[in-house]
Amino acid sequence: MRIRNHRDFWSGIMFLVLGVLFVIFSQAYQLGTAARMGPGFFPTMLGALMALLGLAIAWRSTAPGNREERVEKVSWRELFLILFAVGVFAIALPWLGSVIAITLLIAISATASHEFGWKETLISIVVLLVMSELVFVKGLELQFPVWPKFLVQ
Amino acid sequence: MELLSNLGLGFATALTFTNIFYCFIGVLLGTLIGVLPGIGPLATIAMLLPITYKMTDPTTALIMLAGIYYGAQYGGSTTAILVNLPGEISSVVTTLDGYQMARNGRPGPALAIAAIGSFFAGTVATLLIAGFAPPLAEVAFKFGPAEYFSLMVLGLIAAVVLAHGSILKALAMVVLGLLTGMVGTDVNSGVARFSFDIPELTDGIELAAVAMGIFGFGEIIANLEMRENREVFTKKVGRLLPSMAEFKASIAPILRGTALGSFLGILPGGGAVLSSFTSYAIEKKISKTPERFGKGAIEGVAGPEAANNAGSQTSFIPMLTLGIPTNAVMALMVAGMMIHNIQPGPQVMTSNPELFWGLIASMWVGNLILVILNLPLIGLWIRLLTVPYRILYPAILLFCCVGAYSINNNVFDVFVTIPFAILGYAFRKLDCEPAPLLLGLVLGKLMEEYLRRAMTISRGDWSVFVTRPLSATLLAIAAVLLVIVFMPAIAKKRDEAFAEEET
Repeated sequence: MRIRNHRDFWSGIMFLVLGVLFVIFSQAYQLGTAARMGPGFFPTMLGALMALLGLAIAWRSTAPGNREERVEKVSWRELFLILFAVGVFAIALPWLGSVIAITLLIAISATASHEFGWKETLISIVVLLVMSELVFVKGLELQFPVWPKFLVQ
Repeated sequence: MELLSNLGLGFATALTFTNIFYCFIGVLLGTLIGVLPGIGPLATIAMLLPITYKMTDPTTALIMLAGIYYGAQYGGSTTAILVNLPGEISSVVTTLDGYQMARNGRPGPALAIAAIGSFFAGTVATLLIAGFAPPLAEVAFKFGPAEYFSLMVLGLIAAVVLAHGSILKALAMVVLGLLTGMVGTDVNSGVARFSFDIPELTDGIELAAVAMGIFGFGEIIANLEMRENREVFTKKVGRLLPSMAEFKASIAPILRGTALGSFLGILPGGGAVLSSFTSYAIEKKISKTPERFGKGAIEGVAGPEAANNAGSQTSFIPMLTLGIPTNAVMALMVAGMMIHNIQPGPQVMTSNPELFWGLIASMWVGNLILVILNLPLIGLWIRLLTVPYRILYPAILLFCCVGAYSINNNVFDVFVTIPFAILGYAFRKLDCEPAPLLLGLVLGKLMEEYLRRAMTISRGDWSVFVTRPLSATLLAIAAVLLVIVFMPAIAKKRDEAFAEEET
């Protein structure tokens, strides 16, 4: 037995693991009976079904005649920078306000591009700040602090 | 003539100033994101969904969201023709002949035929929805919990069978979606499931946050790693009007595309993408000169463009009448209705007739706005295409983050997008189509509820699903579909059909 399609194999393992996890966590809730289903019934059923599907997917990836496929390289840098930017925005918004949070979000995420340039990024920060003031604060009247808490008080 | 009075009510609703205005905003935004490759209607609707909380009238909200969806199909074809890049997946086939027409010096007629074909298809689809929806809703009223459960099983399986990629993986994605839908408080017992003592999770995971993470952020990361430099066809578009010969050659493909798209759109998993691919294949097959295809045949633009617009509109039928979303965009529309406490289903037509008919009429109004908007403004869209991606994606990111925040005015939903972005990126690497997950997510709790009710009524007897004739029929169709796709001969054909589309 040899894994031919690596993308299938690993997705099968992913579904298997997630399915088993859901089944395990569901055991904390009452199963009930078929006529009176408890909160654990449907999730347990689904978790088991997903684990079985995962197993079948992983199994089939070893079948002869399957096309050879590898998992492509993961771009850790881009992945990290984008999600880091989103995380920083979410942490900053409630107490530093939207101006700083948006500036950080744009500045950090822009560095993920292979064509990054500071000048351009500065311009787009200014443009997006003005736009978000007009669209989000004035136009849609969204509720969030604009300036840092300690400055306003 | 009940149909006429219904449509009358629809147009009276759609033609109020507010609704025309939001319809305009919707199709304008739709065209905008359709033109821009790298951001799709899914992420956009997810971004704007929270904002519709603020709208007092759910009709207005849905009119705008629907406009984004079909507006994006229009915009996508502009990019396909001018840049040889599909602005949307549904316009992939338009790049084949549309771009060649542009290179042959006829970008104007290609754009015009795409717009005319889409408008005609949109008009027919609007009439079809008006005609077919009421009888279908009539059937749905006969449904008990067992039938609804079976219908959802059928809907999910059919969506998986007709979508491309591995069926087993797509099924697993549906189940993962259903399980994600389980997170939050169980309505029957009041138990908070899978919430791990996080208070925000007891309300469940927001569909919009999931969609933004998987589709919005996942796509940005994937685009960044491709490091492509876009080249824009900036020559003047010139004369828009097609010649008489081009016009004549387009009539039949537009008619066929409309019929095909209308039919495929109703099927789960169908909609715009499948419609346009199938139409192109058919036009090429029946053409007397198939060798012209891929070299700028106008039939290859007219047919698929009509088909994708018809398909995107008729995919509203199952959502509006049965409450079953057949594709990921419809799942978001269901969420949009639920925000305003409207449970999608056959009762919408009687309980909220102005919403139902207003939405349908607005689609025709929206199509008209699109024709007026797109042909004269084509220069503006071309200019937009010259904005480089490195400027664009931080802005998309900002809109997504603010959108996620505004769901509950809480940064928690922004954090929720992060794990789903990682999952979305992993799905891409592992070749798992993420759309079925959204369908599962929106149906999860409903399906459990119907299963429970059906089983309580039958006192725990599982045979209720096969002894009730309607339910048995629905499950039988689902089973037949599954058997068919797993038959070796058919599976091979299906692979071939999708392989052809991808090249």
